[in-house]
Amino acid sequence: MDRPVEHIVKSYEEELKRLRELIARMGGLAERQVADSAYALVRRDSELAGEVVGRDAPIDALEREVDSFCVRLLALRQPMASDLRFIVAALKISQDIERIGDYARNVAKRAIIVSGQPFIGGVNGFQWMAQLVQRNLKDSIDAFVRDDADLAERVWAADAPVDDIYTGIFREMLTHMMEDPRNITACTHMLFIAKNFERIGDHATNIAETVHYAVRGAVLPEDRPKADVSSELPAPPQAPAA
Amino acid sequence: MNQNLGTDTAAPAAATQAPATAQPPSGTFGGMAARSSALMNKARIAIRDLDFYYGTNKALKSISLDLPDRQVTGMIGPSGCGKSTLLRVLNRMYSLYPGQRAEGQVMLDGQNIVDPDMDLNALRAKVGMVFQKPTPFPMTIHENIAFGIRLHEKLSRAEIEERVEWALTRAALWPEVKDRLHSSAMGLSGGQQQRLCIARTIAVRPDVILFDEPTSALDPISTLKIEELIDELKQDFTIAIVTHNMQQAARCADQVAFFYLGELVEVAPAADLFTAPRQKRTQEYITGRFG
Repeated sequence: MDRPVEHIVKSYEEELKRLRELIARMGGLAERQVADSAYALVRRDSELAGEVVGRDAPIDALEREVDSFCVRLLALRQPMASDLRFIVAALKISQDIERIGDYARNVAKRAIIVSGQPFIGGVNGFQWMAQLVQRNLKDSIDAFVRDDADLAERVWAADAPVDDIYTGIFREMLTHMMEDPRNITACTHMLFIAKNFERIGDHATNIAETVHYAVRGAVLPEDRPKADVSSELPAPPQAPAA
Repeated sequence: MNQNLGTDTAAPAAATQAPATAQPPSGTFGGMAARSSALMNKARIAIRDLDFYYGTNKALKSISLDLPDRQVTGMIGPSGCGKSTLLRVLNRMYSLYPGQRAEGQVMLDGQNIVDPDMDLNALRAKVGMVFQKPTPFPMTIHENIAFGIRLHEKLSRAEIEERVEWALTRAALWPEVKDRLHSSAMGLSGGQQQRLCIARTIAVRPDVILFDEPTSALDPISTLKIEELIDELKQDFTIAIVTHNMQQAARCADQVAFFYLGELVEVAPAADLFTAPRQKRTQEYITGRFG
């Protein structure tokens, strides 16, 4: 990593450092939200899930703080080159993290509902998926904080297993619903939960792409390894016409 | 050295083509992300391996740079980096001083500007210069413009009147001075005086206009008027502008050249140089981390 030497204007350097810290703090909060929402789901812990729902507001507040801080920096410092890319990246990443927070809250809300229903299938897939996206999220935030484009690139390329698991869960839930219509409510919630984790993974990938651009000044190629084929699965068989 | 040296023979096709915008890049930052597809026109002035000496002090070291036709080249760099020296080479201003000499090639219309046989009067009609401080002559507004025209061309009175009006109009000054053409130029404001100097420069219909920090003595609104004027003038003239104001280079220039200690460190389309410069020294200078 080729971190540039310090800025001549110390207060500007301090402001850039503060922006880095704000994103690190937001990222830390979001990681915990993702971890706790998954734990609450797996352990059927609706109390913890309720806490997760209540802890989304601080992330939203941080996003607004990052927003106004970036606009201020753009207006007053007129940043160029790596500074400009860094500030624009922070603006985008804070939006990604805010969305991740929303998805984690949604997982927690559904976890509360699902905890009152009989378990359908296993939760291993969910646990594994949550771990993967949580690690990608952590790595992408670390990459931002440390200006590490190589780490960002690894995260960017590491989303395929998440998509694989999502596709597996999709098939499994479809099967349960076809077996017994009474499963539909719980399965639908579980499907949305899986989708939420998958989206969190996508936002982690976005963050990684943004970090790569901020550090290197060049974008990653358009085609990322993709493995979510659920949109290509055949439709369930139609009920015979009465 | 990382440069864009389109040769005289290779570039004409590119000059007439529309930029390839059929498929705008849609990466992370949309169009901003990819290296700009901005095409530079064919070189109007082609500088090759130019060295410049103040006595024994080498102030420019093997500079190679194209000034693309009817586009704006911004020159930036810390004081003493050689950017103003390069401007002084382009109209042979240094010839006024003994002990200053240039070696290498600066080609304009098939002639090497630094060749000792170059006709300096003809050169200075082709390559005009606007300075940091407005330098109107202590005469009327009309005479300030007409004086230079008479030096270079034999025109009838009516033709001169017509040329004066044309020059003042192109310099966006005509509406403000048309009713007082015969009052002293010294009564104009700083911004108006600078536009008068630009009118005086374009009145002899040069090919190239050199601006040496043209707005550093002006207020922000006068500065914007000059920048707007530069944008207008590039339809007809090839322009080089030396500026200490990086935002100004970003606003005005099609390509920007960064100089340091007499070397050309990097030249690139403005959008590339200010978002993702390739050289570490450029990066450190434009982000304010120099030294």
